[in-house]
Amino acid sequence: MDGQTSDTPIELLLRELTPQVLGVVARRFRDFPSAEDAVQEALLAAFRQWPKEGIPESPRGWLIKVASRRMTDIVRSEMARREREAAIAEEEPVVEPVEEVEAEMDPEDTLILLFMCCHPALSTSSAIALTLRAVGGLTTAEIANAFLVPEATMAQRISRAKQCIRVSGVPFRAPTQQERGERLPAVLHVLYLIFSEGYASSIGSQLQRVDLAREAIRLTRSARVLLQEDTEVAGLLALMLLTDARKAARTGRDGELIPLDKQDRSLWDRIEISEGTTLLTVALSKGAVGFYQLQAAIAAVHDEAAQAQDTDWPQILALYELLQRVQPSPLVTLNHAIAVAMVQGPARGLERLKALDHDERLRGYYRLDAVRAHFFEMIGDFDKAIQHYRAAAARTTSLPELNYLITQAARLSEFRKEQSERPANTKW
Amino acid sequence: MKYILMMNGKKSDFEGYARWSKEDLLANVTFMRAFSKELKDSGVFVASEGLGWPNEARLVRAGAKGKPITDGIFPESKEFLAGYWIVDVENAEQAFAIAANLSQAPGAGSIKGCMPVEVRQVLSGHSDLGL
Repeated sequence: MDGQTSDTPIELLLRELTPQVLGVVARRFRDFPSAEDAVQEALLAAFRQWPKEGIPESPRGWLIKVASRRMTDIVRSEMARREREAAIAEEEPVVEPVEEVEAEMDPEDTLILLFMCCHPALSTSSAIALTLRAVGGLTTAEIANAFLVPEATMAQRISRAKQCIRVSGVPFRAPTQQERGERLPAVLHVLYLIFSEGYASSIGSQLQRVDLAREAIRLTRSARVLLQEDTEVAGLLALMLLTDARKAARTGRDGELIPLDKQDRSLWDRIEISEGTTLLTVALSKGAVGFYQLQAAIAAVHDEAAQAQDTDWPQILALYELLQRVQPSPLVTLNHAIAVAMVQGPARGLERLKALDHDERLRGYYRLDAVRAHFFEMIGDFDKAIQHYRAAAARTTSLPELNYLITQAARLSEFRKEQSERPANTKW
Repeated sequence: MKYILMMNGKKSDFEGYARWSKEDLLANVTFMRAFSKELKDSGVFVASEGLGWPNEARLVRAGAKGKPITDGIFPESKEFLAGYWIVDVENAEQAFAIAANLSQAPGAGSIKGCMPVEVRQVLSGHSDLGL
């Protein structure tokens, strides 16, 4: 749990080079799905050879050469298959010499790939898997391991995603200005989901698993370089950094969850907080405030409080009010109610929650009960608090949350028992 | 999100299965193979196992010094797990659709859709970022 991972310099280099190599090969052969397979094979070859033979002088050129050779094989066998099937004669594939690869590099390749892998035609799980492999340079085995599914299942998911891209005929080119605007939210959502998968699951059993939160930060960083003018990309990166900064403090020695107000804040990562805050300050100064910037701003307010009781809740309340106008959702209403409770008292918070009672989108969602339990505890109505902690425990789909919630219920029950057993003359 | 799809049966169901016709058994096996292949091809398969029959099942408790005390007496009404599938899908509706497909496995006399499938969510190791 010390945050150390086993990634070697070769692995890190290969992940960086993947989208650059894939861009060149996909453009040269005008076939993204097959190029993606060929590049993955080149990466695996590098994994095997480089540790023994050393990193080649031009690692990128080496990978492009190996992947292109593999592509030529794929194209040849595809042609042979078609000839056997007596299909219509196809035009000769373009197989150019692989020298001068640097000239073929396009700095926008990573962006093209990101928009392609996060295409709205794909299911979310497919988009996540394909993004991690084609843009992130992770192997299928690593991705499967991170999501705790068999490698064959992940391979199938990736191949279906590529089939979907093939069928929908998405061209391999930079998105137009209009496409950028329309599809950027989907790209940011996929990056956010990768981050939350990594951050949220970093409780115990993290050994030998790729750090998805760190990969998401890396991918969002490269997206930000290419989309300098977009403040939401900066907002998302800031949100990731400001959240990731608390990673070491959020679980106890036995892997139990520690809520924000009980965390040892000296464990928070000051470098990440300062980078996130700077990014956010610049983004906010450019106008047009969006969802991720506001979430990042709320995270920043939490992060800048030296102790939980120093938290500037009125400012958080104001930010949630803004968020309700920018992008209203039942989750925003729920979080807004927490801020209301902290500023105006738990009774007002409970009033706010009533609006969510009949919201179909939160049906069966445990957090409504968990938040209600906290408010009843703040008021001092422990019986109702216990009841709602238990109701939340029965609804959560997360084992650490379940343990946390039943522990809260148990703590309050014991407190109630002690109270009732205390002899009458010691009461005040 | 991961869901487990469980097929349960009473002791009498297991005994009845042993008396299925060859034709019914073949139809069932063919169906199950195709079902399993479809799960794998669609990229949702996580795990699947069939369990031994309940005749040999034992209830085990720790006795003195942690020694196992086994108990094999079961009431006739009790349901036993016959087998399970774990799938990784995007929502409960997808899990229900897969379960409904499984429930169409041909039974005795090739009657379809008589087998209920219990669907439960598998707890994740995640906590909620709450955004």
